[in-house]
Amino acid sequence: MEKKHAIEFRGITKRFGNVVANEDVNLYLDKGVIMSLLGENGSGKTTLMNMLSGIYFPDEGQILVDGKPVTIASPKDAFDNKIGMIHQHFKLIDVFTAAENIILGLKEKGTLDKKEISKRVKAISEKYGFDLDPDKKIYEMSVSEKQTVEIIKVLYRGADVLILDEPTAVLTPQETHKLFKVLRAMREDGKSVIIITHKLNEVMEISDVVAVLRKGRHIATVKTEETDEIQLTEMMVGRKVELNIGRTEPVNPVPRLTVAGLTVRNSEGINKLEDVGFIAYGGEILGIAGIAGSGQKELLEAVAGLRHISSGSIIYSPEGRNPEELVGKSPMEIKDAGVALAFVPEDRLGMGLVGGMGMTENMMLRSWNKGKGIFIDRKAPEELAEKVLDHLEVVTPSVDYPVRKLSGGNVQKVLVGREIASAPSVLMSAYAVRGLDINTSYIIYDLMSEQKKKGVAVIFVGEDLDVLLELCDKILVLCGGKVSGVVDARTTSKEEIGLLMTSLGGKEKK
Amino acid sequence: MSISVIGLIKAAVLNGTPLLFGTSGEILTEKSGNLNLGVEGLMFMGGAFGLLGAFSYGQIAGENAVGSVAIAIAFLMAFLAGVAGSLIFSFLTITLRANQNVTGLALTIFGTGVGQFVGELMRLKVGGNVTISNALKDAFANGVLPMALQKIPLVGPILFSYNVFVYIGLVMVLAMTYFFRRTRTGLALKAVGESPATADAAGISVTKYRYLATVIGGGISAVGGMVYTMTIAGSVWNHSGLAGEGWVAVALVIFCLWKPINSLWGSVLFGGLLILYLRLPLSFIPTQIYKVVPYIVTALVLIIVSMRQRKEDQPPAALGVNYFREER
Repeated sequence: MEKKHAIEFRGITKRFGNVVANEDVNLYLDKGVIMSLLGENGSGKTTLMNMLSGIYFPDEGQILVDGKPVTIASPKDAFDNKIGMIHQHFKLIDVFTAAENIILGLKEKGTLDKKEISKRVKAISEKYGFDLDPDKKIYEMSVSEKQTVEIIKVLYRGADVLILDEPTAVLTPQETHKLFKVLRAMREDGKSVIIITHKLNEVMEISDVVAVLRKGRHIATVKTEETDEIQLTEMMVGRKVELNIGRTEPVNPVPRLTVAGLTVRNSEGINKLEDVGFIAYGGEILGIAGIAGSGQKELLEAVAGLRHISSGSIIYSPEGRNPEELVGKSPMEIKDAGVALAFVPEDRLGMGLVGGMGMTENMMLRSWNKGKGIFIDRKAPEELAEKVLDHLEVVTPSVDYPVRKLSGGNVQKVLVGREIASAPSVLMSAYAVRGLDINTSYIIYDLMSEQKKKGVAVIFVGEDLDVLLELCDKILVLCGGKVSGVVDARTTSKEEIGLLMTSLGGKEKK
Repeated sequence: MSISVIGLIKAAVLNGTPLLFGTSGEILTEKSGNLNLGVEGLMFMGGAFGLLGAFSYGQIAGENAVGSVAIAIAFLMAFLAGVAGSLIFSFLTITLRANQNVTGLALTIFGTGVGQFVGELMRLKVGGNVTISNALKDAFANGVLPMALQKIPLVGPILFSYNVFVYIGLVMVLAMTYFFRRTRTGLALKAVGESPATADAAGISVTKYRYLATVIGGGISAVGGMVYTMTIAGSVWNHSGLAGEGWVAVALVIFCLWKPINSLWGSVLFGGLLILYLRLPLSFIPTQIYKVVPYIVTALVLIIVSMRQRKEDQPPAALGVNYFREER
């Protein structure tokens, strides 16, 4: 007699047009087990989980829940089978309260008794150690609180299997600890948890088993205690990968960008940046850390000339020329001076690339005014596009294929590749590796390091503290639009940065 | 209080009632995320078909015509005309995912045309003014509450002297407010308008909710056109009488901040503004200036609201955006 698995995939295949997202996946998960689902971008992790949560429907194969074959054609079917998914992009309604979001779509009897619902939400919170006010509106919440709402939403529906899509991508180390504690409490309660993630150290920390996908296929499922990060990476990528960021000592750092007293207000007159000052040296990588929305975006945009600066100065000291003030210059002038911005927004396409255009045309966005006379020069951008395609291994049918249709990682490669190609003397990048798999991330890190060796001042806004610690020379921590501290990346710790992120100067609440 | 002030209030309420229907119907539609700019056309259709219903009934029943039956028929005809019109809109935007603005404007042109056609056709058939018997006219326009209530000084004329549509509208708006605030279905509908993807993931059928909200909302808006024709226009077909009502209703939706309860006083205010040039004429202000006042007020409200940035006062987040599940 076969043992009943909580979830089992049998020969699952899913295609989108000609692209095979999942092929013949056989995978199972037992009760009371935390499983990490590991794989590169486009390896089909999210697609596989979306089939479990009813967003997509498999073309071939069978899904079994508790040993019984089931048909999951809609999110509702998933709930009925006690499966709940917490998506990477939260599916919450901003103007509703936590409780309203939690009960949304439930067919319970009677009128909407908000008090009773709040009570039940509180009960679940206490059981697993959450901290949540059910009557708080979503738009007033931090990212971590929103995630809590998502998890409780799933638990409220009685889910026994929870799927979390990159849950720690947006959390501080402290919040991640809290989340892991909660997940362990769920495991004790006999629930099964699947975590989709890129972060190997978290895989090792939280999961009991690791399932690895590569190019849509299930490579292996191993026990966490019997494996290590190097082996997992090999399974993921299919070949040996060097997991070290080759950080060199900065050579002859000279001040390249001197920012002082920078204050930026948004359209409502609220200070998004207050009295920010720092010096970015050529030949150094300056990391910028902070909770999402602490002013990272505003800082880069201010330097790039995209935001109105209320007060402060930005002095740019290029090699062999006189220092100049960037405040008051147009974005075009700043760009021509050699300050490049590779900004990867949350939706990846919003700034920097035009989704409907191909790689060549997107390259042209930087050089459209370079051609002779009234005609644009297509040759150079096309060569550049080919170069980026080659060098960064962009997966696309052709350089004229709309970038909107590329997978997220490939879009980022195009963007970062273009900015680096303009040979800047200051390179700013925000979330350059957001959502990228390990292999591609390391290509990007190497590119940054390469620029640094050339004497470029690199400003790197990142989310993954482990990476910041390995890649950068100095780390500037922002907290609520103010500089909370500047630390030496070689000597500091994750915990120290985490504290600086959550409280100014890292002093309170020790 | 002088007679003229009471008169102004009464006139404002009466002129506001078509707007009350037009606006609350559109609020229901927009709450689902569908921006139906065809209200003008829907109200034209409602006006023409409502009159057609009452007129045909009057012709057939002759002397035996009963007022309440005529009202019910006019109501139903207008509602169904609105349902038909917004069904076209729904099919194009929800099923075929056509651009909502373009489709809405097309519906305005279409609805206005159909309304004109029906109205003019009736006039040609009759060979003169299309109208109903005086008894039926009274049933549409006169107060429905007991005389004793209407006779109360001051309170009577201001609160109890109106035709049946004013009170139907009042009850409908209160019901709609309760629906949005207290029921699961209402919550689900709001969710569809705020974030269809979220609603979909929660197991709510976006298509079903959008269809129902748009179709019922369109029906209610069309009833507004009928109320205008049968009460304010005196149950006579007038091919330009309804012009502009639908647009004012759309503006009023914004003024009400997408909350049905606000349409109660909003429609009275706009109703008053619409007839101010008749009631409070100042010779040095041209009528045209009077007529743009509702739009200026709407613009002012928009400015104030966008300055205050309260999340609760914003339009449904997915308003005007069609939903396609597998889009990335």
